[in-house]
Amino acid sequence: MKPRVAFFEFTSCEGCQLDSLNIEAEILDLLKAVDIVAFREVKSGSSEDYDIAFVEGSITRESEIARLKEIRERAKILVALGACACLGGVNCLKNSLPMEEALKIVYGRDARYYDTIPARPLHDVVRVDHYVRGCPINTDELLKVIKALLLNKRPEIPNYAVCVECKMANNVCVYERGMTCLGPITRAGCGAICITSGRYCVGCRGLVYEANLESQKDILKKYGLTAEQISEKLNIYDSCAGVKR
Amino acid sequence: MSIINKEVRRVEIDVHHITRVEGHGNISLKINDGKIEQLLWEVPESPRFFEAMIRGVSWQHVSHIVSRICGICSISHSMASILATEAAFGIQPSKQTQLLRKLLYNAELLESHVLHSMVLVAPDMLGTDSIFPLAETHTDVVLIALRLKKLAYNLAELLAGRKTHPISLVVGGFTKLPDTGELEKMRVKLEHAFVDINTVVEIVRSWKLPNFNRETEYVALKDPVEYAFISGQIASSDTGVTHVENYLEITNEYCVPHSTAKHTRNHRDSYMVGALSRFNLNHKQLHPRARKTAEELGLVAPCYNPFMITVAQVVEIVHALEDSMDIIDQLLKRGIEPEVVEEGKIPFRAGRGVGAVEAPRGILFHDYTYDADGKIKKANCVIPTNQNHANIQKDMEALVPLIMDRGGDVIRHILEILVRAYDPCISCSTH
Repeated sequence: MKPRVAFFEFTSCEGCQLDSLNIEAEILDLLKAVDIVAFREVKSGSSEDYDIAFVEGSITRESEIARLKEIRERAKILVALGACACLGGVNCLKNSLPMEEALKIVYGRDARYYDTIPARPLHDVVRVDHYVRGCPINTDELLKVIKALLLNKRPEIPNYAVCVECKMANNVCVYERGMTCLGPITRAGCGAICITSGRYCVGCRGLVYEANLESQKDILKKYGLTAEQISEKLNIYDSCAGVKR
Repeated sequence: MSIINKEVRRVEIDVHHITRVEGHGNISLKINDGKIEQLLWEVPESPRFFEAMIRGVSWQHVSHIVSRICGICSISHSMASILATEAAFGIQPSKQTQLLRKLLYNAELLESHVLHSMVLVAPDMLGTDSIFPLAETHTDVVLIALRLKKLAYNLAELLAGRKTHPISLVVGGFTKLPDTGELEKMRVKLEHAFVDINTVVEIVRSWKLPNFNRETEYVALKDPVEYAFISGQIASSDTGVTHVENYLEITNEYCVPHSTAKHTRNHRDSYMVGALSRFNLNHKQLHPRARKTAEELGLVAPCYNPFMITVAQVVEIVHALEDSMDIIDQLLKRGIEPEVVEEGKIPFRAGRGVGAVEAPRGILFHDYTYDADGKIKKANCVIPTNQNHANIQKDMEALVPLIMDRGGDVIRHILEILVRAYDPCISCSTH
């Protein structure tokens, strides 16, 4: 029997799920190898019987906790899809405010209708088996993970810094171009796409294992960033994932 | 309200999380004794609080963060954000930047409209629950959708590094530029895409869409010189032209307890934004080939049938493709100037700016106030689907009495098709 695959989303932009559809060349072959049984964004019928669950988004409401636990119970394998699911992502930026204040800023005097809790990644609520990182995900990496899971192998995710891939892409170092970059502490797998496109890394894939955060902060300071600017940069994606802990 | 069939004693519809739309919406309908007791379009989407999130954030990070409001129209959000910031800082982008932005915008429009018409709507018309079974039964439809989406992705990659959450699109211009050879190759690909586009037009022509008309207020950007996507002022079919800076006079947002997304109203209880609004207000400025497509598909302005939104999108696909080839021709003629933006040279200052673009689903506003350090003091974003929620509700209220005798399953399906026609981007509308 073909493995049954389901896609779910919590608080997110749903961009990672949509990008999952963009494995054009392979999607027809993939549909021969798996049954997609739940994918609300593009499919009407759904089933609660699945083997692999891909879950996008972070958890920002009480009701999402129960739903995620239910998915965890049903799925043999749970894969976190994208930065919101893996790290908490940009959703965590609101965590620097009291929730009442965030509600008030957005909804004003009608805030009483709505609820929210501090944003957190999936692994703060349930066990996560695998991570497909990035904001958005890299579809080549998603495909690698799916292939590995179909072969009953453990997906291999790079455990080195973006700088490695950046060098391989023949980019001039961002620090040589008068800007600063989180490439030295961020986990690779994106092909250094932001630097190749003329920007710098802001760490959407999270920290590489045993990242030397203090040393990175020293470098940022050496290149002229204030303490405030450093924490602003680190917090865009990482505020839930260890920097403050 | 005249065609109420008294035979219908009781219908209960509870569509919990309508499928094949972006985000989470519910349809709740109760008919008892031939009377509508409840009919609600609900949005239970989890809000992300972007306007709170970016308070105090430095201008350099703003468009990067707000791009994440939407996974489909991230280019529009980045663009509206950048226009707002540029307005606040008094930056006027170069002609080349304006051309590249329009070209990039077309990539997003193409992808989004193909996704909606061929991936999300086509299954309704072909009697399946998703595009996946079509891989076997209608391989051509699936391959066309995938090819056109890929083309849009390639165009966006060429200009902004990638389509979902663009990278090199920044305040002041671009951090990376395409070379003329790449643009020439892209032009050839765009021209070839007309083979697929013509098939899309044929497919859509064969669809039988419900004939339901409800006139409403139509709102879109209007530019005197072109079919407006990233320029112009706000036009309303009821209240005429309003300057973008005064968008609050049009949007008048309000909260309802059954929706985490705010609703809007201007001259009436609701208004419509998106492809059909743009078509109704700006159809004379469409590329002649797109106007011909509209004729072929029976789309005539003014059109009051919301089910025709998808048809208007297909017309816009033709326009976007023709427009993209025109833009590339202009760029090739001018040559590409090496104007790469350096973040450190952007002259930031205190002030307020409003940016407006036509996202694929309609007019989108970002409104920022910056302090002297270039940090956000206050932000407001009004999203297209935000502005359509009340209109969806009003359409349902007008439509249900007309189809009440058709039985629960049919009513449910027609209401789902209605909501889908709006191509709602719900998580974006809640943001």
